[in-house]
Amino acid sequence: MILLRRPFFWIVAAIIVMFVVAPSIGNNVQMREDLLLAAVYIVLASNLNLMLGYTGYVNFGSIVFFGLGGYFCVYFMSALGWGLAPAALVAGVAVSAFALFFGLGILRLRGAYFALATIGVNEAVQAFVTNFEPWGGGTGIYLSTELFQPLGGPARALWIIYYILVGVMGLSLYLSYFIKTSKFGLGLLAIGQNEDAAAVLGVPTPRYKALVYCVSAFLPAIAGGLYFFKGAFIQPIDAFDLQFSTEAIVIAMLGGQGTVMGPALGAFIYEQLRGWLLTSDTFANFQLVIAGALLLVIVIFAPGGLMGWLYGRWPRLKKVLE
Amino acid sequence: MTALLAIENLSKRFGGLAAVQKLSFTVEEHEILGLIGPNGAGKSTLFNLINGVFAPDTGSIIFRGAGITGALPFNVARAGLARTHQIVQPLGAMSVLENCTVGACFGRENLPLTQARQAAAEAASFVGLGERLDSPASELTIAGKKRLELARALAAQPTLLLLDEVLAGLNSTEVERMIDVIRRIRERGITILMIEHLMQAIMSLSDRIVVLNSGQKLAEGPPAVVANDPAVIEAYLGDPQLAAEFRGAVA
Repeated sequence: MILLRRPFFWIVAAIIVMFVVAPSIGNNVQMREDLLLAAVYIVLASNLNLMLGYTGYVNFGSIVFFGLGGYFCVYFMSALGWGLAPAALVAGVAVSAFALFFGLGILRLRGAYFALATIGVNEAVQAFVTNFEPWGGGTGIYLSTELFQPLGGPARALWIIYYILVGVMGLSLYLSYFIKTSKFGLGLLAIGQNEDAAAVLGVPTPRYKALVYCVSAFLPAIAGGLYFFKGAFIQPIDAFDLQFSTEAIVIAMLGGQGTVMGPALGAFIYEQLRGWLLTSDTFANFQLVIAGALLLVIVIFAPGGLMGWLYGRWPRLKKVLE
Repeated sequence: MTALLAIENLSKRFGGLAAVQKLSFTVEEHEILGLIGPNGAGKSTLFNLINGVFAPDTGSIIFRGAGITGALPFNVARAGLARTHQIVQPLGAMSVLENCTVGACFGRENLPLTQARQAAAEAASFVGLGERLDSPASELTIAGKKRLELARALAAQPTLLLLDEVLAGLNSTEVERMIDVIRRIRERGITILMIEHLMQAIMSLSDRIVVLNSGQKLAEGPPAVVANDPAVIEAYLGDPQLAAEFRGAVA
């Protein structure tokens, strides 16, 4: 296995082990909740990066995958009585199919028009769900705590959900790496640089774009399923909150778009910063203002993000990190 | 023998402008066919029609016996037809090797990644970029970017290569090196259809010349015959210097 010889593989493995072990010591629930949010951010930013960083398409509405995944999963479990595993997996597949369908349409747009269309998709889905009675309309769906019983009661279930989410986070990072080092990834990077030139060189651009949009929906949808199952409650304004989308963009840009490790690094730092801002007396209500300002600073002064800065300082890091 | 590329009755309008009108000609296997004509004659539009950037209004394009009329650029590339751009289109942040690997991966051979890298490195060396494999494409000089266009197209191992003014903007030493590269490409058995304004170069390189004017074919034949065609000289008389150069090139 070539992968096993790459330092990257072991760095990600170490991150996963850290995520699993650290909060388990002394049953540290507070730390688990912090890390769970970090894991969700990593899943969102890392999959967003497939579009934003590799293919050069800004998906402002990536949260629609997360929210829809949540709805499908919660619905399968509450109304159809499915177990968590099949519900989350089928939710992932369903949302990917949804993304493929919409992707084939909106990916004909480029630049700002595509970005606007992704917001439109999110808003349209939110409006639909808000009026969709089988999913509880605007009030959403409450899960009975009995659903936690198969996992050994609520306390144990929360740990299990956390571990699965950490697994989804690891999968996201390996997926990013796998795509980046594949022929598919090369085609995406070419599209990101110059779509017309890529097509002339033979890259089947419409198919590749739709495929990456579809792939980038799968793991966030599963993460959404786990996240809302954990909360035992889902409603449209939480599920399709554009704020989450925006944060994912800030994170990918902060860490370094187009790199595999960047979104992870960005998510971790952003999550720390966010925690500090939310608890600070002065900034508690300004968290998004700071995020916005941060995004501006990155775009203007360090478009390569932290990873770009690191590579600039120590070019040899390119051989170690991805 | 059927032609490698057959253009039949091809037309394309942009609003009121007939960029290409009822154009027909063929490119035979293993030849270098030069395409010349005054600015605005429709040469680049013709290339864009052939490789699928634009769809023609009427007419057909037959490549290796199969119709590619209106096919999308990536399908045309897969069929074995590669091109360079008059205005260079490097994948800026990617290295020279990666640029060429894209060509090798998605071109006619559709190679897997590892083999594509080899083909890419070979193509880059062939045009003289062997020392710059790891440089970002954006850091190359204009001459370097022109070579990269060529290397990328070659890496695909095409059957037919469309060259759109690869000599423009180069100094005389660079021009000579590029002409040498084009000759060696032909020796590899690749058919070439090239647009060029540099008369000296295209007259000496081409086996045959097609002259376009206002989107229509004005003349066709061996360089020496075309250069003495009164209609051709007439078309170039709008530009006396070019007309003189034109006659001088075959003298």
